[in-house]
Amino acid sequence: MLRIPCPWCGERDETEFRYRGDASRERPAGDAGLTAFTTYVYARENRCGWHLEWWLHVGGCRRLLKVLRHTLSHEIRAVGGPGDSLG
Amino acid sequence: MRGPGRIAPGLLTDATRPVGFRFDGRRMSGVAGDTLASALLANGVRVVGRSFKYHRPRGIVTAGPEEPCALIDVIGPDGREPNRLATTLALHQDLAAESQNRWPSLEYDVGSLSDLFARFLPAGFYYKTFMAPGWAWERVYEPLIRRAAGLGKLEAIVGDHADPAETLHEHADVLVVGAGAAGLAAAHRLGASGLRVLLAEQDVALGGGSLLDGRWDSWRAKVCAALRAFHHVRCLPRTTVLGAYGHGVFGALETLSPEESARFGGLRERLRIVRARRVVLATGALERLIAFPGNDTPGVMLAGAALKFLRHYGVAVGQRPAFFVNSDEAYETLFALLEAGIACAGVIEVREKSLAAERAHALGVEVHAASLVAAVSGRRGVRAVRIADLGGRHRRWLQADCLLISGGYSPVTSLASQLGAALNWREAIAAFAPDLAPAIGQVAGSARGVFGLAAAARDGERAAGAIAAELGRSPSGAGLAAELPPDTEATVMAALWEVPARGKAFVDLQNDVTSADVRLAAREGYEHVEHMKRFTTHGMGTDQGRIGALVGSAVLAQARGVPLAEVGLTKARPFLEPVPFAALAGAEVREHYKPKRRLPLHEWHESAGARFVPTGLWLRPLVYSPQPGWDAVLAEARAVRRSVGITDVSTLGKIDVQGPDAARFLDLIYANTFSTLKVGRARYGIMLREDGMLFDDGTTSRLAAEHFVVTTTTANAAAVLEHMEFHLQAVCPDLDVLLTDVGDQWAQFAVAGPRSREVVAGVCEGVDLSNESFPFMAAGHAVIAGIPGRLFRISFSGELAYEVAVPARSALAAWSALLEAGRPCDITPYGLDALNTLRIEKGHVTSAELNGNTSAGDLGLERLLKPHGDFIGRALSQRPGLAAPDRLQLVGVRPVDRTLPLRNGLQLLDPEGRAASLGYVTSATPSVELGSWVGLALVAGGRRRIGRRLTALSPVHGESTEIEITSSHMLDPENLRVRG
Amino acid sequence: MSPAAKSPPAPLEAGRASSGRYSGWRLFLEGLTGQRGWSRAWAKAAPRPRYRVVIVGGGGHGLATAYYLAAEYGIRDVAVLERGPIGLGNVGRNTTIIRSNYFHPENIRFYEFSLKLWETLEQRLNFNAMVSQRGTLNLFHTEAQRDLFTRRANMMRLHGVDAEALSREEVKELVPLVDLNNGRYPVLGGFLQRRGGTVRHDAVAWGYARAASEAGADIIEHCEVTGIRREGARVSGVETTRGAIGAEIVCLAVAGHSSRLAAMVGLQLPIESHVLQAFVSEPLKPVLDVVLTYGAGHFYVSQSDKGGLVFGGAIDGYNSYGQRGTLPMAEEVAASAVTLLPGLARVRVLRQWGGVMDMSMDGSPIISKTPLEGLILNGGWCYGGFKAIPAGGLTTAHLIARDEPHPFASHLDLRRFAAGRTVDERGTGPFPYAH
Repeated sequence: MLRIPCPWCGERDETEFRYRGDASRERPAGDAGLTAFTTYVYARENRCGWHLEWWLHVGGCRRLLKVLRHTLSHEIRAVGGPGDSLG
Repeated sequence: MRGPGRIAPGLLTDATRPVGFRFDGRRMSGVAGDTLASALLANGVRVVGRSFKYHRPRGIVTAGPEEPCALIDVIGPDGREPNRLATTLALHQDLAAESQNRWPSLEYDVGSLSDLFARFLPAGFYYKTFMAPGWAWERVYEPLIRRAAGLGKLEAIVGDHADPAETLHEHADVLVVGAGAAGLAAAHRLGASGLRVLLAEQDVALGGGSLLDGRWDSWRAKVCAALRAFHHVRCLPRTTVLGAYGHGVFGALETLSPEESARFGGLRERLRIVRARRVVLATGALERLIAFPGNDTPGVMLAGAALKFLRHYGVAVGQRPAFFVNSDEAYETLFALLEAGIACAGVIEVREKSLAAERAHALGVEVHAASLVAAVSGRRGVRAVRIADLGGRHRRWLQADCLLISGGYSPVTSLASQLGAALNWREAIAAFAPDLAPAIGQVAGSARGVFGLAAAARDGERAAGAIAAELGRSPSGAGLAAELPPDTEATVMAALWEVPARGKAFVDLQNDVTSADVRLAAREGYEHVEHMKRFTTHGMGTDQGRIGALVGSAVLAQARGVPLAEVGLTKARPFLEPVPFAALAGAEVREHYKPKRRLPLHEWHESAGARFVPTGLWLRPLVYSPQPGWDAVLAEARAVRRSVGITDVSTLGKIDVQGPDAARFLDLIYANTFSTLKVGRARYGIMLREDGMLFDDGTTSRLAAEHFVVTTTTANAAAVLEHMEFHLQAVCPDLDVLLTDVGDQWAQFAVAGPRSREVVAGVCEGVDLSNESFPFMAAGHAVIAGIPGRLFRISFSGELAYEVAVPARSALAAWSALLEAGRPCDITPYGLDALNTLRIEKGHVTSAELNGNTSAGDLGLERLLKPHGDFIGRALSQRPGLAAPDRLQLVGVRPVDRTLPLRNGLQLLDPEGRAASLGYVTSATPSVELGSWVGLALVAGGRRRIGRRLTALSPVHGESTEIEITSSHMLDPENLRVRG
Repeated sequence: MSPAAKSPPAPLEAGRASSGRYSGWRLFLEGLTGQRGWSRAWAKAAPRPRYRVVIVGGGGHGLATAYYLAAEYGIRDVAVLERGPIGLGNVGRNTTIIRSNYFHPENIRFYEFSLKLWETLEQRLNFNAMVSQRGTLNLFHTEAQRDLFTRRANMMRLHGVDAEALSREEVKELVPLVDLNNGRYPVLGGFLQRRGGTVRHDAVAWGYARAASEAGADIIEHCEVTGIRREGARVSGVETTRGAIGAEIVCLAVAGHSSRLAAMVGLQLPIESHVLQAFVSEPLKPVLDVVLTYGAGHFYVSQSDKGGLVFGGAIDGYNSYGQRGTLPMAEEVAASAVTLLPGLARVRVLRQWGGVMDMSMDGSPIISKTPLEGLILNGGWCYGGFKAIPAGGLTTAHLIARDEPHPFASHLDLRRFAAGRTVDERGTGPFPYAH
């Protein structure tokens, strides 16, 4: 079970959060066209390794967190807000 | 006397408190503190069950949770509980136990015929036969196999049977697993440094191996007293750590003692979910078996288990034991039995010489050095063992009533390996030992191959010191190591896995896997240890084959001609001990399976005779009548069409959207425009997913320039909020918008019907409800029966209608006032079914049509998509597939013969065309106004087919109806009523 | 129709070490001589420098593809590369269920094709995989669910697939353990596909491996692919831990890890890897005859021939390549079990484990060509890959051999996402963690 250190609430069980997927993608500008949106919506790097991802703390502060997690070991290296760059 | 029996008081038993019990109907007596196994042995019982495949008689082999054979059924007041372990089951008064997997009786078991045909039934025999004829598998072979397989019998306990169960959440700095010498020493040192410690011990008493050596009694007592004195250290006996789940999370199962269980209203187990910063794995080592012919004979037992039975329960497992060993550790049992006055038949020892053998010899015990056991005589109990030299040549028979074996000790590595520890081969102990990352914790004592109690205790202190330092505590020791009784000097063990002799030599006693099976697996190419396991079923029993796991690997290694270290072990997965469904499930079962969301007016609905229906977590009034059928539903719906009705729509999601950028934000979220919405007006809106499919719909009202209230469908309330929060924070964080879920704060009622204006006017004093001042889609603050609330002129039913919202605490006052005001019009409360009837007639959609696969165009809502500007889903809604002419489109359907019913899920076919379905009916209802059943349907190119006839089929019900396709707006298509 | 459905079982051509025919008679004869006459079920091949077709992944789909290539399409110059031993990925970690109850007509056709192949598989492979058509029963607890299932069952029946509606009483008769009222979401009824059931999962991998090996394919274990070679716009082979291997066609059949392999040629797939857990209880004498799915929570269960209850729940819901189970899912699944089948309360759960799934963006699999010519993808199986092994293997073999999609699998093309022709059974949308 993941324990996610929420910057606002402290370390909490994964069950308090709702996963929102890959956070490395950025929504294209509205007029970017079909290909750009198809890539945004469907294409995934799906890395086995360090993965930047969104978690919404629905059972806590309801903030959207950006989490850098290893998809094999599940180690969490960094957590921040949407504007933070976690490397 | 031959055979087992009680000879002395035990450490854990109280001889003054006899406990009566029954085994296979026979009355027996044990004492308080016994396990069922120790009590059975005390009563001279040797054979306790029959084996899985060959139905061979089996006895007790171990004294703990690793037991492969002593599985029994317990007959309780609630029914029969199968597969309980006699070696861990605490004896209690009137316990009724039954042996399993035998018929008609333990002595005479028909199934044991399979033992005679064993040569034709090798591992995996079923993969090679039973293939023809094809039908015979399900009808002949499989039923036979299923009946023969399985262990215990579950006598279904149905109805109100629900054991109480408890889930506890624990937090600690350090979890120490195992309270042997290493674990106790570690917990003590950690406690002394001020860290919060949880010490979990699977056994009923703390002490582990130190309980088996009298010299350690005073040290153990002192440490336990010290631990009790630390308020930040908690000791949990009877608690098995089931699995390691990463991030410091562990699951642990506590089994309550019979006394404690009685005190807690029958509670049997507690599931403890532990979160710890570090872990000390002091899980000890498990003695392993040796594969030799007859090693499953009742009376063949692990030497360490015999010692435990003697020390814990005062039970001698035999009066004339022989030993078959390969290490000095195993002699401790011999010395203890001798001291207790039991004469020993002799020791068969694989090594040439050892310090322990010399000590035994000095005590007058005959030691057969460089020897093996090649056979055991006696089917229902050991009578004699055949001694052979290392080449397998016969030496002599030795009379004995039991054979205590030891193939050495393997560190218990499962938790470490779940935590990612590497397992390293250690030649000196012929076993794997783990290497754990310090950021996770430490392995201590015999769990990492440090044998000897004093050495283990010192290792526990070392591990604790390392963790204390890591967690920033002073590593100052408590100095317990100084007082440790010294370990006896020992000669190194000699690896021994299998005796080369003819006959069934078992490596897995529960699943009846022999060394020949393992060799067959290797021969057939199932040579990887995971393949061998799956092919032979080695290690797949309730005991996970623990005492024979490494032996199986060793036989495989020998068969393949590779080192054992290369073969390795199979991956250890949770759970370390079988765990009852009830304990895992906890209290959230049956009526508490999911929380119940009740409407603010739940009690009122109940007293009005509502039948409730679970929708998601909600309980919603379906219809205000106990009668099944459509009459009551249609009466409610008719009241709405003819006069006025009232329904509780508080389950709709309500999201408060405020801020300078609220309108811009909603323009992005919704496919239509909200920035142009005037204050005091509501608008129907649709939102798409980013893939262009419809996500949700509802009305949104603008209460002030920077204040909107969004309503969502009941089903999507949480999902829409998350969708909005995600996009606000991830996609447009610069917008100044605040989202608040106000779903529970507001109760909301729809008052619908041609006379609704009168009713609402009666409770909203001073509000002009005329079309001029409060037209269709007006919205705003209002005082309802003296309660500040909100009023919306919106309609789901297609009639003139209002929705009234008041703070949830005032729900009853507002509702009662509305009922009172509606009395002259005979206002009728209506439920979900009537609501559905009304909206189907009107052609409004719900989740049956908004099913995640429909686009705005499919539902005829394309006019809502704003032509300019970005919104979620805009780009991908323009994909070619979403504009395909054969997409399923929303239409209305009516039976051509107006007297016939429709049903949801009917498939629609072209009567002249091919048999392929053109679509299906999503929602259907008898109509209150149109004189027949009506329905909504999704039909390929449906709008082009309006006016055409199709065949509606329900093959599962054997029904076929001719229907005609209509517009989905079946009632009042000009929408005059809502504006009336 | 496919060739498999009309042609008689292809002869298992020799030309290499054979494990001989399996039969009860031979088992008897071998019993007289200590079962010493058996040889390897599949040959342990070493890689050759070149093959016409290299299949990456020795799981169910990879091995089945190799078998059908040889047995149906006459292509025997085939290697299956597996980084470890075969059959230890998802084919050996699932809950063993087969069925063809789907909403989309294309899916019904595809999975029904698979079910038909299962029905004769053992005779074809001469390996008893214990295909047991004991029925799959889906319970429903709301009228909305009943309507959905009715629609599905009717669609199945229109395609000639068996489906029937059961009343509450009939559910109870079939599964006496069920508590119809269960306090929270009463069972309103069920839909039964009698031809659904279970198969002994390991035996599927072994049976296909043996048959493929006898038909001429090389099964190469302990050979990890580390790179994919290309010449211009075409694939030309693979790099492995045992050297480079040339190939005209490279087929990826590594569900769970499709993205990793595709990344070797710079391809991003509409797939995320997620963990699905499974559990098994202690063995019991028979108590459950059908495969049962709970409609009010994530829980499905069947009883294996060995007596253990095999059950599972939902995916953990976040990207993961770790084959580890989690505690919250175990608690939730057990709560569902006790709620629906309270008689199981005291039964013990032995093990939990996880498998890494290719979760595709619409919940349906992908059998398709890729932008790199000659690179074929069999993946995106979500949690439905096991039942699809025969059809997946055969249609993938068809795509390789004929250079065009098999008619039953044409809807599984990779280009469906860009085109807006996704096949979304549940209507969940492009959120693999929610499928």
